[in-house]
Amino acid sequence: MPDQVYEIPIGPIHPALKEPIRFTFKVEGERIRGVDIRPGFAHRGIEYMGMKRNLIQVLYLSERICGICSISHPITLTLAVERAAGIEVPPRAQYLRVIFAELERVHSHLLWAGVAAHELGFDTLLHLTWKVREKVLDLLEELSGNRIDYAIPIYGGVRRDITPEQVPQVEAMIRYYRGLLDELLDAFLRDPSVEARTRGVGVLAPEEADSLCAVGPTARASGLAKDVRQDRPYLVYGDLGVKAITPREWGLEPRGDVYDKAVVRLLEVGQSLDLIERCLVEMPEGEITSFPKIPALLAYLKKADGEGLGWHEAPRGEVIHYIRLEAGVEEPVVWKVKAPTYSNLMSWVPMFVDQEIADIPIIAASIDPCMCCMDRVHMVDASSEAMVQKEELLRLSRAKTERICRGGGPA
Amino acid sequence: MGLSSFKRALWVFHIATGSCNGCDIEIVAALTPRYDVERFGIKLVGSPRHADVLLVTGPVTRPMAERLKRVYEQTPDPKAVVVVGGCGATSGVFYDSYNVVGPVDAIVPVAAYVPGCPPRPEAIIHGVVTAVAKIEAAAAGEKR
Repeated sequence: MPDQVYEIPIGPIHPALKEPIRFTFKVEGERIRGVDIRPGFAHRGIEYMGMKRNLIQVLYLSERICGICSISHPITLTLAVERAAGIEVPPRAQYLRVIFAELERVHSHLLWAGVAAHELGFDTLLHLTWKVREKVLDLLEELSGNRIDYAIPIYGGVRRDITPEQVPQVEAMIRYYRGLLDELLDAFLRDPSVEARTRGVGVLAPEEADSLCAVGPTARASGLAKDVRQDRPYLVYGDLGVKAITPREWGLEPRGDVYDKAVVRLLEVGQSLDLIERCLVEMPEGEITSFPKIPALLAYLKKADGEGLGWHEAPRGEVIHYIRLEAGVEEPVVWKVKAPTYSNLMSWVPMFVDQEIADIPIIAASIDPCMCCMDRVHMVDASSEAMVQKEELLRLSRAKTERICRGGGPA
Repeated sequence: MGLSSFKRALWVFHIATGSCNGCDIEIVAALTPRYDVERFGIKLVGSPRHADVLLVTGPVTRPMAERLKRVYEQTPDPKAVVVVGGCGATSGVFYDSYNVVGPVDAIVPVAAYVPGCPPRPEAIIHGVVTAVAKIEAAAAGEKR
């Protein structure tokens, strides 16, 4: 029965998935004809909890939005709060934040490369990449005291400096990865079996990437030169002159398939190493925080009034935090997080269509999904079973905008 | 209770019940060459029906509670649940959320807790071994 369409549910618990999410695939024989995605299993209500805690506690909470992006979220939150409260960050702290953000990118992209190799059934490569990934974790442990969850950014600066004795270790790490990068590029990008499994698989056309608002490596693999570090520079990224990496840097016309996504991520490891090296050279001496005493910082933040937006190019793409502070209140009045996977989720739909069932794991992994980052909003209408649909949400938000325009204020 | 499965290789099933990925990547790190748990015969499997040990990470979110219970019931006896990370043990920083019904021991019986945010891979290996030793000791006591 070739014209029979079957439904295959995958998840929320499934060996092909590292985190809970549910896909319902419509398949015709071996071909995928459609997919429905149901996220929300990892939703922990972090924003709600954040609005009940003081800002220092919120910082630690933001770090636990995601264990892989445990620098990206605090950096973005601190940028938002610093804008809202008008706090200056000393130049050295800005460089230190960039160094840690790029170290995180190195570890996250190597992690992705290993997971992708595993999803292709190439476990030798998984073990090779995860073995070399330990080097950057060792360095992060040396600099921050922990392998994951580093607690480095704080409002007004960073919590730890890189001492002169530690600089040679950072340089040694850069040399180690520079020596290995060619080998890794060889193993991934010049391997005929990897190419056969990834070329033309999970294609995201540039127009689709654009209209679905894809971000990060997912968008760049389709040839969109989108990178927050380039488009809206923050910290010292403007001085460092970051250029968005697309497969063109590898001498290929972007096709937006899984192969191109690997190209972008592996080349970004090299780019991050260059950025860390430049930061080490250009980093000025000086203070690492404008508030050395936490009680003084808390007292200042309690008086702060205003709203702020923070943005950052996390390893998976653009992450945005919005915060609103009111004078006399310790807790943020509003805290909103937009993680990169939230933007990239919809690009799964065109990527899966007309692909084979066997390619589901690698296509799912190709956007480097992070459910725990993404599962933020989960609207349930208690009076009925129905979920709130997009049209209804749009209508509600338009009505609210009109109300605010008329001077009614938010309900 | 037959304990022959524990005398040979230990097979482990990993279930994330709303964790932040921190513990999950440390579990994978434990499997890869630096820590290489396969040299002890500990192996990650794709189905709870093949598993001796359940590694649970994360506070238990509302939609995952029922599924955790089902995975626990699907795991053949004798079995041990090991909670990896602080939030699985006590709900950690997520203690006052509307969508967290954990900690894990409120849903299924737990043999060992591995504290840490996240715990190091060495600690995770130690946790698995402790849980198995505890179950073996209990079974030996039953026999006498």
